[in-house]
Amino acid sequence: MEFLVASAIGVLTAAGLYMVMRLRTFPVILGVSLLTYAVNVFLFASGRLTPSAPPILTDATIYTDPLPQALVLTAIVISFGMTAVVVMIALGAYLGTDDDHVDDMPETEGEDAT
Amino acid sequence: MTHWLIMPIALPALLAPFIILAARYHMGIQRVFSVAGVVALIAIALGLAIETSDGTVMLYQLGDWAAPFGIVLVGDRLSTMMVLLMSVLALFVLLYAIGSKWDERGRMFHALFQFQLMGIAGAFLTGDLFNLFVFFEVLLIASYGLMIHSGGNVRLRAGVQYVLFNLLGSTLFLFALGALYAETGTLNMADLAQRVQMISADETVGIRVAAVLLILVFAIKAAIVPLHFWLPSSYAEAPPPVAALFAIMTKVGAYAIIRVYTLIFPVDLDVTAGLHGTWLLPVSLLSLAVGAVGVLAARKLDRLVAFSVISSMGMVMVAISLFTPVSISAALYYMVHSTLAAGALFLIVDLVRQSRGHLDLVTDAPITGAALVAGLFMVAAIAMTGLPPLSGFVGKLMVLNAAFDTGPSVWIWSVVLTASLISIVGFARAGSVLFWKAQSDGAPVPEAGRPAPSPLSCVAVGGLLAMLVAHTVFAGQIYNYTTATADQLFKPDAYMRTVLDLDKSYAAHEQTVVDLESALSQSPTTTAKLS
Repeated sequence: MEFLVASAIGVLTAAGLYMVMRLRTFPVILGVSLLTYAVNVFLFASGRLTPSAPPILTDATIYTDPLPQALVLTAIVISFGMTAVVVMIALGAYLGTDDDHVDDMPETEGEDAT
Repeated sequence: MTHWLIMPIALPALLAPFIILAARYHMGIQRVFSVAGVVALIAIALGLAIETSDGTVMLYQLGDWAAPFGIVLVGDRLSTMMVLLMSVLALFVLLYAIGSKWDERGRMFHALFQFQLMGIAGAFLTGDLFNLFVFFEVLLIASYGLMIHSGGNVRLRAGVQYVLFNLLGSTLFLFALGALYAETGTLNMADLAQRVQMISADETVGIRVAAVLLILVFAIKAAIVPLHFWLPSSYAEAPPPVAALFAIMTKVGAYAIIRVYTLIFPVDLDVTAGLHGTWLLPVSLLSLAVGAVGVLAARKLDRLVAFSVISSMGMVMVAISLFTPVSISAALYYMVHSTLAAGALFLIVDLVRQSRGHLDLVTDAPITGAALVAGLFMVAAIAMTGLPPLSGFVGKLMVLNAAFDTGPSVWIWSVVLTASLISIVGFARAGSVLFWKAQSDGAPVPEAGRPAPSPLSCVAVGGLLAMLVAHTVFAGQIYNYTTATADQLFKPDAYMRTVLDLDKSYAAHEQTVVDLESALSQSPTTTAKLS
């Protein structure tokens, strides 16, 4: 299971980074989503992988750390909201300029390429 | 337990929905409540700053849960000072937004503004790293809304870059938090500080990764050079009052670096040895230089001011990366100065744009109200570039003084002085092109209809500059205060004792130690390390 989770995090991160390096907004947003999935799994694993154990203190001697699960929930909600915002802004920019490049426009009237 | 400490977060958090729900269609009511809220915020922040000025550490436990398990807010000299700085800046920015009618050009300016203040205040006050992440997100999502306030294609494009860059930063932050939690089993700052010291010297891989990831995240926020690319276009394209408010946001990054790297990973910790001197100092010098070159190379006034923000952040970070009490004290003084100066400059940029129609640094007809705007610009530029007599000069002197007897003093002195010279040239060129050549050019008189700046917006800019003058006049007292703040930062025992409630009584102390040990023994990594 450790191998599965670790490779999932690695593959998601690698794919996400590759997509983020693209020039157009759609792949970049997809890449950011992949990265947030990777980080969610990573956060989950940071409390150790303990299968089939309750995330609360009971009489049982073995239990899962509940805190990373709470952290992951928060992270999911936040990244979901953020992705929605960036999709809306990117759509607005695309519909307005008819161009979905992420970088600044090449030198046109007064637009400073940095 | 007093509840005042949570008021800088709770007040804007309640005010913003009220503005949305009750005053949606009444700009007048929105303005009144927004200004009243910020004035109340200043009063609260002032009260908190006075309360903590004698060195007490205020603690607020949310839901009355004790520290390592619940979320705490902590107010010490540094955090209350930053909240006060934020609220003072916010008042003038808000007055300007009202005076220049920027708040009418889009919807929900005031609500977003309040949410932004809530996020920044929370980031300054929290004592928990994950909570810091949450407040970063609160301030970011409000800033996304403010950034694209009043729309426009160029602004939306810059907004996309800004949002994407910060999303990546947030992801990095989460990776850092996960790594920290996996290594230590806690995210409370005071608790982390204790546990990081327990990690044995040969098991530091994970914690070193976490420390470097964290500093990368904060460096993105603070716009230190290899990670500064988001700043020029987003600050230049954001609505000017918003850009002026953003002047405090880069300082959130600097604040987080000061807090985390004095409390959790102090300089003398073996785990992170070399991180400050070997890495942070060179990139800080680099961002100082890049900012200065950008000031000289900019062809538009808003870019010029944005690069001067990078340069001044470089200055702050140079002082921080020395990590001595003297240098942190100088950094804090300079941080206050650079926030006020950058805020004033962004507002002046808007005054120029209103009466000129564009911001290109080419000669054009003289602008309406030129004498006043030129005077304001000159004062702000003098402050920003660090010429005497204003506080930029005093702050720069403090930084140079702090660097005087350190190893890399030659580098610091030469880079700081050269960068200052370059940015002085840049600002002088911009000022003379904008205001001086316009007169001597014999250009046609401007067409009627470009309004002179409204009195309220001039009052707002003047107020910020007056704060700068006060910052200069009372430099001695403020320096004493920042020195006391730095001393408190380098003696984090009081902070840890208050947060972890270590000395309520001897018995409670013993109990906490037992609790800590049992909590430690339940955390698998630490057990492995202790054994």
